[in-house]
Amino acid sequence: MALLEVRNLSVSFETASGDLFYAVRGIDISVDVGEVLAIVGESGSCKSVAMLAVMGLLPPVAIVKADVMRFDGRDLLTLSPRQRRDLSGREMAMIFQEPVASLNPCFTVGFQIEETLRKHTDLDAAARHQRAIELLQAVGIPEPERRLGSFPHQMSGGQCQRVMIAIATACTPRLLIADEPTTALDVTVQKQVLDLLLRLQAENGMALVLITHDMGVVAETADRVIVQYAGRKMEDTDVVSLFSAPESPYTRALLSALPENAGSGRLPTVSDFAPPAEAMK
Amino acid sequence: MVRFILNRLLLIVPTFIGITLVAFIFIRLLPGDPVILMAGERGVSAERHAELMAQFGFDQPLWKQYVDYVSGLLHGNFGYSYSTKKPVLSEFMARFPATLELGLCAIVLASVLGIAAGILAAIRRGSWIDQVTMGTALVGYSMPIFWWALLLIILFSTKLGWTPVSGRIALTQFFPSVTGFMLIDSLLAGKPAAFWSAVQHLILPTIVLATIPLAVIARQTRSAMLEVLGEVYIMTAKSKGLTPRRVIWLHALRNALIPVVTTIGLQVSVLIGGAILTETIFSWPGIGKWMIDSISRRDYQVVQGGLLLIAAVVMFVNLTVDLLYGLINPRVRYR
Repeated sequence: MALLEVRNLSVSFETASGDLFYAVRGIDISVDVGEVLAIVGESGSCKSVAMLAVMGLLPPVAIVKADVMRFDGRDLLTLSPRQRRDLSGREMAMIFQEPVASLNPCFTVGFQIEETLRKHTDLDAAARHQRAIELLQAVGIPEPERRLGSFPHQMSGGQCQRVMIAIATACTPRLLIADEPTTALDVTVQKQVLDLLLRLQAENGMALVLITHDMGVVAETADRVIVQYAGRKMEDTDVVSLFSAPESPYTRALLSALPENAGSGRLPTVSDFAPPAEAMK
Repeated sequence: MVRFILNRLLLIVPTFIGITLVAFIFIRLLPGDPVILMAGERGVSAERHAELMAQFGFDQPLWKQYVDYVSGLLHGNFGYSYSTKKPVLSEFMARFPATLELGLCAIVLASVLGIAAGILAAIRRGSWIDQVTMGTALVGYSMPIFWWALLLIILFSTKLGWTPVSGRIALTQFFPSVTGFMLIDSLLAGKPAAFWSAVQHLILPTIVLATIPLAVIARQTRSAMLEVLGEVYIMTAKSKGLTPRRVIWLHALRNALIPVVTTIGLQVSVLIGGAILTETIFSWPGIGKWMIDSISRRDYQVVQGGLLLIAAVVMFVNLTVDLLYGLINPRVRYR
């Protein structure tokens, strides 16, 4: 049985004119225990919206519908807000694109890590403090005890993302959703953060959903790939087949738009292979 | 932190010099001869007039008067009231607790209600609660204080008889003054009836004085909260599974408070301006009423000294706000 199973997910927003704007249209997602799933697609393909819907983090104006949305056998659509909150941060966690903006500037890193532990565990203050030190150690932050007292603005972007990973993995969740976790980071730091995510994924046996538009990241990390375009799923395949025999014209477009595949001529655009996003609505 | 405070204290020096200049020049720009105004309807002979002008130093050139004034200040001498012959400082200190008591009640009321209303409007954005709260805030902000005060007096004092029309406490209540605050002194004296009388006298002036700051604080809180609620760290807090109450009251409010605290600090100056009107309407024996009376008497020393002392209070509040700002926002700490 899949750890996360979503069938026919649609997310829409009411526009000023009263019409519905569909951001996500009938997407199926399934993630197995311990699997690394990459969701790729260009900006605006609503990769993040679909996963925010799964996490229950969309604003109340978003209309989320699905035939099935199950996590570890529990129906997310019928859980009460309180039951959803008990899952969030404990069994499913998420990290975001902007590491510095993801941390509350008014609180120390230690407070923000220990807050998750206070919410989901019975650890006392001393044990939470000790666990926070271990978590910072695990994500590779030097002098973890001293760093617990630091504020986010006193840390680099890469360190903030490590702290975010520490927060997300504090309760060893079964599913971690990483929304473009390396986009805002330097190239060298990107590699370190990805390696860290994969190491933690392997150590904890958690499933990892990696939202990205970097095909290099997909090739290096993912077991399976979902290609998304204009809120629709274009392809769902294993990573080897994606690069060797892409089925969807859009996937072929994405791959041929990679600079290393483009040769010396003009870089192809999506419109060379697939209808524009507007035509898909 | 010490350096931060020292820097702020150093900035006070040029500000103080500016204020002495403004206070000194401002009162002398007003038409009217102080000696003639002091003499009142009886009038004064030319010889006596010249004598008094010399006695008070008004016959000296302006620069000389200013130098004398500033050298007096440096010796802790704020001058003497021409009309009461008492030192300005002691007159100020006698009235300041009344203004402080009223001002504190008003700013606490405005902050508590304003922040609560702003949060409520932000989390219920676009709903009828938001519309009503912000509509009321706009009306409160736009309303002239004296008119609002008169409306309240007509309704609650004249028609319903719930609150007294003016004054600080019922004339029948006597107790020794320890702190100068009626609320505290009446309790210290063990007189609940006096305490209740002080509360009743405070209600209307506090509401009137708090109205504009309340409206401004509510609007500022709403917009700050709306901005903060859209931040990624709020999504992080939600993704941890925290309750909406904790997300709003801890994670969002702490950040939204940064501009709100600045606004509250700025409202203190507005409050002092409002206190002058409010105290006059409610015959509240504070520094606002004292200043207005002194201006109409052209009591130069009182106006100069009073302005300076009021400015000192405002600067003290600003310094406190700066320190508080550093406390709330770690990004400005120790800079």
